[in-house]
Amino acid sequence: MNYTLDFGPVIDALPSLLAGCLGTIGLAIGGMVLAIVIGIGGVILRDSRIRQIRWLVLAFVEIIRNTPFLVQIFFIYFALPLAGLRLDPTPTAIIALGINGGAYAIEIIRGGVQSINRGQIEAGLALGLRKAQVFRLIVLKPALRAIFPSLASQFVLLTLTTSVASAISAYELTSVGQRVESESFRSFEVFGTMTLFYLIISWLLMRVFGMITTRYFSYPVK
Amino acid sequence: MGHDEFLFLLAGLKWTIGLSVIGFICGGISGLGVALARTSGNPVLERVMKGYIALFQGTPLLMQLFVVYYGLALIGLKLDAWVAVSIGFTLHASAYLGEIWRGSIDAVPRGQTEAAEALSLTYLPRMRDVILPQALRISLPATIGFLVQLIKGTSLASIVGFVELTRAGNIISNQIFQPLLVFGIVGCLYFIICWPLSLFGTHLERQFATSTR
Repeated sequence: MNYTLDFGPVIDALPSLLAGCLGTIGLAIGGMVLAIVIGIGGVILRDSRIRQIRWLVLAFVEIIRNTPFLVQIFFIYFALPLAGLRLDPTPTAIIALGINGGAYAIEIIRGGVQSINRGQIEAGLALGLRKAQVFRLIVLKPALRAIFPSLASQFVLLTLTTSVASAISAYELTSVGQRVESESFRSFEVFGTMTLFYLIISWLLMRVFGMITTRYFSYPVK
Repeated sequence: MGHDEFLFLLAGLKWTIGLSVIGFICGGISGLGVALARTSGNPVLERVMKGYIALFQGTPLLMQLFVVYYGLALIGLKLDAWVAVSIGFTLHASAYLGEIWRGSIDAVPRGQTEAAEALSLTYLPRMRDVILPQALRISLPATIGFLVQLIKGTSLASIVGFVELTRAGNIISNQIFQPLLVFGIVGCLYFIICWPLSLFGTHLERQFATSTR
């Protein structure tokens, strides 16, 4: 019980911890971009005329949403080399984050697309817009506005999930911190500081999402 | 993969379920406290609970487990790993469930509180007999959604060194060098528990959406 807190090792390691923060942000951004791509692709494929493809998307969403990310990242980590892709842990982590986030994004984006009035799509087609244009202008933008709050909170979760990527020693804050901890044995101080860093990162992210909402999605509905 | 390896995974599964149940029940009880404090009308209490929720929703579960794990050792408590991890999951769940249930309590129409007050019900019977039963119904889909999240979250206890399903998978995978097979099976086991719960949650949500239309 005579433990005195000593933040000396943490302060010494501050530069590498801050670099780890940048790694975390990089993982998060990479994961988000990939998640959006998979999300939009999945929503399009979900309405495919081929039944097997529709089922495949459904199965993908259910499997990813009902298994832990840690198991997924291990699986992908070992599966990619078999598929002929030899990647470093960090790109592997981005792929895993994108796949995980993508499954949630499909569900969220689908909800937004369903909220679009069918009549507007028909009106767009009647005006001679091509299918891609209808999707981009009439379906996507209003849908984005409708889903942005849930997408944003999903992305905050994704950012926090990046810490799990330390399990395959991808370059991010948690794995950097674990190394500092194992060299200094100042476990509580190191993990306490990292927790604070994560809090700041997620707070910043929420501010950015708030700004995007005001900038792009604050137009009157009618 | 032989019979013994599979039994080892099932032993890990037992701990995964155990941790989830402990976290959900203890977290549920303290989460109710958080939700009630958050809607109490006392500004200091509400501010404190808001901070508590923001802290747990703004940091990774893995960090929470680490900090609780080493923090408890720091204040001189020598606890078994499973107790320390359970405390971590309880705190995590109390913040998330507290926020879900706060939303549900707020979603009960204001007139219900006013009617209860007009009938001169005091705080306890008003909450117990009028507000909370309605809030429970509203909160059920989100609560089940969080339970699935919690079950998946228990996999992180493996990083702290606790042997549950994922850790058991790691151990077996290192023994028999068939990671894809092992983690495939581990994933299936999680799926078998989580999927029915998810379906039930979606079902309730749909039912609720039609009944209030």
